[in-house]
Amino acid sequence: MCASPYYRLQLMMCAGTGCIASGSLDVKAALERELAKRNLQNEVQIIMTGCNGFCAMGPLVVVYPDGIFYNQVKPEHVPLIVEEHILKGRVVEKLLFKDETVKGRVPLMKDIGFFGLQRLIVLRNRGLIDAENIDEYIARDGYAALARALTEMTPEQVIEEVKKSGLRGRGGGGFPTGLKWEECRRYNNFPKYTICNGDEGDPGAFMDRSVMEGDPHSVLEGMAISGYAIGAEQGYLYVRAEYPLAIQRLQKAIEDARSYGLLGKDILGKGFNFDIGIAPGAGAFVCGESTALMYSIEGKRGMPRIKPPRSAEAGLWNQPTNLNNVETFANLNPIILNGGDWFASIGTENSKGTKVFALTGAVINVGLVEVPMGTTLKKLIFDIGGGIPKKRKFKAAQIGGPSGGCIPLGMEDVEIDYESLQGVGAMMGSGGVVVMDEMTCMVDTARFFTNFSVDESCGKCTPCREGLKVMFDKLTDIVDGRGQEGDVEFLIELGNHINNTSHCGLGKSAANPVLSTIRYFRNEYDAHIRDKHCPALVCQDLIDFVVLEEKCKMCGLCFKNCPSDAIVWEKKKVAWIDRSKCTKCRTCITNCKFRAIH
Amino acid sequence: MPRISIEDLKRIKEEQTGKMVLRGGQFRAKVTVHMGTCGIAAGAREVMNVFRETIAEKEIQDVILTNSGCAGLCAKEPMITVEVINSAPVKYILVDKEKARKIFEEHVLGGKVVEDYALAIGSETMAV
Repeated sequence: MCASPYYRLQLMMCAGTGCIASGSLDVKAALERELAKRNLQNEVQIIMTGCNGFCAMGPLVVVYPDGIFYNQVKPEHVPLIVEEHILKGRVVEKLLFKDETVKGRVPLMKDIGFFGLQRLIVLRNRGLIDAENIDEYIARDGYAALARALTEMTPEQVIEEVKKSGLRGRGGGGFPTGLKWEECRRYNNFPKYTICNGDEGDPGAFMDRSVMEGDPHSVLEGMAISGYAIGAEQGYLYVRAEYPLAIQRLQKAIEDARSYGLLGKDILGKGFNFDIGIAPGAGAFVCGESTALMYSIEGKRGMPRIKPPRSAEAGLWNQPTNLNNVETFANLNPIILNGGDWFASIGTENSKGTKVFALTGAVINVGLVEVPMGTTLKKLIFDIGGGIPKKRKFKAAQIGGPSGGCIPLGMEDVEIDYESLQGVGAMMGSGGVVVMDEMTCMVDTARFFTNFSVDESCGKCTPCREGLKVMFDKLTDIVDGRGQEGDVEFLIELGNHINNTSHCGLGKSAANPVLSTIRYFRNEYDAHIRDKHCPALVCQDLIDFVVLEEKCKMCGLCFKNCPSDAIVWEKKKVAWIDRSKCTKCRTCITNCKFRAIH
Repeated sequence: MPRISIEDLKRIKEEQTGKMVLRGGQFRAKVTVHMGTCGIAAGAREVMNVFRETIAEKEIQDVILTNSGCAGLCAKEPMITVEVINSAPVKYILVDKEKARKIFEEHVLGGKVVEDYALAIGSETMAV
């Protein structure tokens, strides 16, 4: 036997937060035990990677060199995988991914629509490298862009290349990155800072977490390139404390990069000094706003301030500061290596490159996807996302979190880029896409997002602090059955006031969920107010809890599931709900396949 | 870890690429050992070990070694398939340790089919 073993198989296991939560570490332990038992530990290597993106199907194991993709692997499956696949070379059929659109099971990753239709730039290393191994990042051209910038390009040329690429801020604002850098470079007031905004706070968004966990060096390299371009020697990574794994992996990455001299003094012997510190945030949504974030790093209360001066002139500690989002930084290595023209060739006229989306809600393939700008919402939800589960119908998608809006059925052909989304009343935001089916009440959804904004308002300005609370109370009235004529007009007027008069970007968009649901689902609001009925059967005070005789198939599912014995049913008889016992828990409604309870 | 230079970056990239070749799908040759129950009983494990040891010893980075199930011709096990890039796969039968070494030397590294041990050119699902 030789000293360094030759591994004939590599098992790539996802160790993102999603897969760890569904048990990937237990599967890893079981694999290690089983391999040792059969004396295969020198033949088969287990590598823990960052988020693979297909979170709905975790824990995931990809077997290379063949690229066989196993999903929902449990420790008890491990002996079978080792015996059949690793020992005998037979693929374990029952653990393969089952594509709803294709008959039978599809074994290869590239053949699975979820993976095959994506275009990976930001997530180029996902599932392929060990997130904690700097050498594997280097093997995938890591730090080659920094090396090229330092040896072959002036800072001005770097900025020029980024401008040429058309890259725009991926945090939501969409400001051209190159212009931001150019402005910051102009000020000759040192020290300067570059900051990475990793304070991802939108409900249902986990793009940045995945990049920081799965490919931390790509963020560090992007920050170093920006530091070189604007003339900064210090960077800060602002990461919310709710992302402990991201912080841990970033910390390890920073230490490894320092020991290689890729951070610190005289990087690669080219005379450029740059280092990065992590600033953990306490998870306040408002700290994702750039000026509030900078106050938070300074140790002050996180509240937005009036601009100008812009951060590029006087930001952190009143020094010139550049701030970009995690995903923006992760785009820089490929842009510098392949050129701005290459990047600009992907996407639409005004939105270049790709965008990462966190696909959640009523969609089969919940997970993380990266698609070229200009991809239609339909392709995202149906071809990549696999459509809506339980044969239900698509109703709307909320894009852009609590600052965004919804896109209803009938508009799913909209191309996803900054301008098109704004045109239909939504926004790109950071990339959270919450898919909703016919069982979702839009008034209730608007109330959920408004509640989030009420909780997260920093309280500095009145329209946001007070106005949102009034909106929330009004929405509560409507879902509880106390809605009155004129409420919708009131909400529109108040919402417009909040958006027009709030101080920061968060307040300016906080009424969007309400305004956009009114725009597209006015009839639902009217049904709540006038008919005292919730069409989606969500708001429990607005449901009659009556069985519709003509729709009831007498299957008895409601009877079997009712926790309070309120349903009277016998074979071949229509069910009947005893209102005196009913607790309005909605169990019967969610279990009825025929929508027979009204 | 020591501070590195730009040359070191390239060196690390090359070294690591070898270790990651399995994932990248870029390799010059692929050796498949058929390891159904029949193959294992006939000694496929020993054959597999010969390849693993040789690859490790010579620090070869562009050859991948994999296994697959029974090819159907159980009487002629252990069987292996050698695929060198841009040429048709070749199936060898009744392979033992000695034959494995020779096949590796002459075919996998040298590109010349060892006709004495070969059964056929092509794969079990499709003749070339």
